Amino acid sequence: MVIYGVALLSFCMLVGVFVGDLLGDILGVQANVGGVGIAMILLLVLSNLGSREFTLTPITEKGIGFWSAMYIPIVVAMAARQNVASALSGGWMAIIAGVAAVAASFAMIPMLARLGQTRQHDDS
Amino acid sequence: MILDSLQGVLAANALITAFMFVGALVWVSYLMSAKLTRGHVHGSAIAIALGLVLAWYGGLRTGGSTGLADIPLLAGVGVMGGAMFRDFAIVATAFGADLGALKRAGVVGAISIVIGVVLSFVIGGIVAVSFGYTDPIAVTTIGAGAATYIVGPVTGTALGAGSDVIALSVAAGLTKSVLVMIGTPFVAPRIGLDNPHSALIYGGLMGTTSGVAGGLAATDPKLVPYGAMTATFYTGVGCLLAPSILYLGVRALL
Repeated sequence: MVIYGVALLSFCMLVGVFVGDLLGDILGVQANVGGVGIAMILLLVLSNLGSREFTLTPITEKGIGFWSAMYIPIVVAMAARQNVASALSGGWMAIIAGVAAVAASFAMIPMLARLGQTRQHDDS
Repeated sequence: MILDSLQGVLAANALITAFMFVGALVWVSYLMSAKLTRGHVHGSAIAIALGLVLAWYGGLRTGGSTGLADIPLLAGVGVMGGAMFRDFAIVATAFGADLGALKRAGVVGAISIVIGVVLSFVIGGIVAVSFGYTDPIAVTTIGAGAATYIVGPVTGTALGAGSDVIALSVAAGLTKSVLVMIGTPFVAPRIGLDNPHSALIYGGLMGTTSGVAGGLAATDPKLVPYGAMTATFYTGVGCLLAPSILYLGVRALL
């Protein structure tokens, strides 16, 4: 049933966010630490168990697939509710700080990607 | 009278109105992508950019803080694009992702998160100093804001920064998030952002969940789970490092 997929997805997200909140408390940080990431790992592990008692039927998978397909529209809605006016009215310093941070981070990607790739070659 | 009752229906079913509105927005965007750019600029990139423009308009018109969602008829956009549905959809994209690629991410992913936080912090701090800020608390808060718009206020509150400085740190973080959404599809070919490995590093370096979610949606939705995986740890790590080690570093230097 479709609802089994939706329920599994909900279970994974709630567990992930809960563990992320706990991690934040333990670390003394006022933020969720990796909740969504933990939820994703949980969903991957549960859906890959492949045991006889726990197999996802194609219809159950549809319940997850629907929300995965809704990702882009949800992100468009997310863009439409950003506080863009406040970002632009923050003055030059805030804008320059944001732009410079993004530019430097983009530039770092190829360097780090190469680092990871060599490591993988060394392993093999 | 008909208009009044139509408004009533749209406002009473806010989330459904948002589904219809976003559907129309996406449709227009894909049409623009095909007709105006001959498919060179991805439809979802146009949709996200249009969304941001509308958010700007909403903010200017209402003076609120949630963009288009502050217009009463479109309040449902705020629910649909809020953190709850966003995170739910992000988790759903993990279904079918390559578990092996995520497992291999471990070390490089963790390194990229720490480098990403420190890099954005240092650059934000340098910009603050070059604009004449000398107070270590203000410089730290603005640097933290350059990480994400959550790390900024959390750090500023922890250190006791003024509300004007905290507002600046939020503005820096918002600028970063908007720029990552718009800029990613354009720089992706140059920085090799076309495989799970680089997407993991991208998520760790950028760290803004909204920015990464939007940027990858506009570049290649298949990369979303990898980028989101590392980005989701970034804000936590930032809130951990900025008010502690990084603040001490700034105080030692200034």
